[in-house]
Amino acid sequence: MKIFPVRGGIHPDYRKDLTCEKAIVPMPMPQKLYLPLQQHIGAPADPVVGAGDLVKKGQLLARAQGAVSASTHAPTSGRIAEVALITAPHPSGLPQLTIVIEPDGKDEWAELPAPVADPFAASSQEIRERVAAAGIVGLGGATFPSAVKLNLGSQNKLETLLINGAECEPYLTCDDRVMREYSAEVIDGARIMAHALGTPKIVVGIEENKPQAIAAMTQAASAFSNITVVGVPVQYPMGSERHLTQAITGLETPAKKLTAELGVVVHNVGTARAVHHAIRYSRPLLSRVVTVSGGAITEGKNIDVPLGTLVSDLVAFCGGLKEPPRRIVNGGPMMGQPLPSLEVPVVKGTSGILALTADEVNERDTKPCIRCGGCVTICPCGLVPVEMAAFIRKDNLDGAAKLGVMDCFSCGSCSYVCPSHIPLVHFFNYAKGRLNDADRERRKLERIKMLAETRNTRVEQQAQAKKAAAAAAAAARKAAAAAASENPENKASV
Amino acid sequence: MTLAYTDKSAPFTHAPTSVQKTMTTVILALVPATLFDAWLFGWPAIFMFLITVGSCVVAEALCLQAQDKPVGETLADGSAILTGWLLAMSLPPWAPWWIGVIGSVFAIVLAKHLFGGLGQNVFNPAMVARVALLVSFPVKMTAWVTPHPLLSDKGLSFVDSLGITFGHGFNIDTMTAASALGYVKTELSRGVPVTESVQHLPDLMDMALGLHAGSFGETSAILILAGGLVLLARRIISWHTPVALMGTLFVMGTVFHLVNPARFADGTFHLMSGATFLGAFFIATDYVTSPVSKQGQIVYGIGCGLLAWIIRTFAGYPEGMAFAVLLMNALTPIIDHNCRPRAFGRTRKGEPLEVKGEK
Repeated sequence: MKIFPVRGGIHPDYRKDLTCEKAIVPMPMPQKLYLPLQQHIGAPADPVVGAGDLVKKGQLLARAQGAVSASTHAPTSGRIAEVALITAPHPSGLPQLTIVIEPDGKDEWAELPAPVADPFAASSQEIRERVAAAGIVGLGGATFPSAVKLNLGSQNKLETLLINGAECEPYLTCDDRVMREYSAEVIDGARIMAHALGTPKIVVGIEENKPQAIAAMTQAASAFSNITVVGVPVQYPMGSERHLTQAITGLETPAKKLTAELGVVVHNVGTARAVHHAIRYSRPLLSRVVTVSGGAITEGKNIDVPLGTLVSDLVAFCGGLKEPPRRIVNGGPMMGQPLPSLEVPVVKGTSGILALTADEVNERDTKPCIRCGGCVTICPCGLVPVEMAAFIRKDNLDGAAKLGVMDCFSCGSCSYVCPSHIPLVHFFNYAKGRLNDADRERRKLERIKMLAETRNTRVEQQAQAKKAAAAAAAAARKAAAAAASENPENKASV
Repeated sequence: MTLAYTDKSAPFTHAPTSVQKTMTTVILALVPATLFDAWLFGWPAIFMFLITVGSCVVAEALCLQAQDKPVGETLADGSAILTGWLLAMSLPPWAPWWIGVIGSVFAIVLAKHLFGGLGQNVFNPAMVARVALLVSFPVKMTAWVTPHPLLSDKGLSFVDSLGITFGHGFNIDTMTAASALGYVKTELSRGVPVTESVQHLPDLMDMALGLHAGSFGETSAILILAGGLVLLARRIISWHTPVALMGTLFVMGTVFHLVNPARFADGTFHLMSGATFLGAFFIATDYVTSPVSKQGQIVYGIGCGLLAWIIRTFAGYPEGMAFAVLLMNALTPIIDHNCRPRAFGRTRKGEPLEVKGEK
């Protein structure tokens, strides 16, 4: 299969050898599980249980609310200890409403609905409902509710379901292991998703540094003529939805559009496997595979972790920290989020927990920019990071927006190559946050203005109607008076 | 818990790059040519080189101190050493001590720190200094001494050399020769056609090896070229600027030579003479003063090549590389503004691409 070139990108030190030969092991059930109501993009889920309730494994804890949201289920049986504000796995360290479960150790399943008998006979809507009910979100890290994404076939003519097994982030090997160990489940989930989307073709894209995964997936897909497993060049950020689509189809997704408009929908391998579980066994999303790695971890592992497990429990399961880390990262080192502490839970989007040493992060003081142009050369979005950063430094956010800062998806390549160690992505994240705020504010003002104008018009209309009515009444009275003076009998009769 | 920090967003890994590493690599790429030239021109050239580099470092330290910036740490980035090095490469080998000192003041104080220090200067500091010296001291700056290799019959003793650098200087009439470009230009002004004057020049092989008169660093074309190729291989520079510059120079030389061989020197001569290689690989590729995008670097390289050819061919100075680079430095912001890469999913104008099959 022809692979198309993709602009820019970098070749970081991958360090996947720390964990790529570590088979997935189950995490022993911890003392407590912490399930935040928002583990996804969209509206937070609405809790349907309260403190003291007894729950079974797989039971609904919080229901999706609104068009874009995802439900959360009990990863094991036990008692709800509380629903309280607890530190979220977010750099802000802010608390979020979280359901806390004390497992009873029995791991008893709730009664699950009967699995879909034949998914390929089921309607797209039925599959989407099942996927939504299972609380599945994009497990690559974006955590967009999968059921919503499976509905793209209703508005677009889709050609290809692209299963993203690129796993271009350094250190992470969870997708690699899932593809090696559960290739049949991934392929089955992909086929079900393709059926729901209405795509005739499935392409699995895997970076060429994972030959065993490519072999396993090729083997599992061999029975299906519409599935192609293809190796893509090792080039960060190949796992970006738009860039993987370009590498495989040669099509460049227009700015502000979805790949779906080119007939391509991208889902992660872990998501495909979760869909397989949801449709074939009616099992909701209760756990995910997490890579625990980094130089400060005693023993790196790939672990099947119940959602809500504290990172500290996870680290303890890996033998603890062998030296103080410089950074604790949720996700990969290129795009992951720094964690404020180890006392935060694993959520649906946690693909990795990295404890990185000072040597690994190689942080240095920022030096003046020498305009080497490295950031311009490697930017996979074709932007000019050096100029955008110069604008943002002066708080000229509109200038940065004109240069396309909103097109930046924070892949981190520019910061990575910068010889002056300028935290370019940090600038861009700041600018994007501020510009988004300003945009929200502007839209809010517009809405208020619109409402105020509508009200004014209405009030005016009412006043005018009143006036008209009063005038009409006065005219009627006048007419009546005139008529009465002409016709005294009538007057007498009134 | 204090073991995790959230003061900065990702990435939490970094390429093994630093400003210091970049500067060091460029300096190392200059070492072979420098050593060769030190041998070729002997002790006075070595003194000139050490004085120029040394006074650039001193000037940098004083500027940093005056601005309350960290002195040791900033000096360690190697940028002042590199500026001094490139300036020394562009000076006549036997220039007296004060040429190096005044040059370093022009380069470091005027061209660099008055503009805001590293990364802020509009013009290439070494070339500002070279041009300022050339117009201020035209005789000293065009005294191209003939090769006097160390340890040879023509080589000078250490003590005699001290005299040349710090004392009486040397006899310009007996010990110098015109550079190849200068010779051709002078002969042309006397009515001798280029076709004839080039016969009296060292052959191309000698020019390539550097066994002829010229500035300290420009004579050894092959070693400079080798250094440039090292920079390309180490990805310190990309091919865009040097290829565009040399290509333009070569094409202009060749085309006009074909039209009128008596008036115009040919393309190969332009490539092998003067500071072509030094300019193409080390001067025009200076990060700070050249465009950041590849498209911009091509435009910039073509501009440098074209201006260098025009100045060499029509203007009063035999060599135009420094002027060409400075003129193009002034255009760098405009080139940067107009030569941005096309953003992903957008047209060159910045509008979103159209979805195929849609109007």
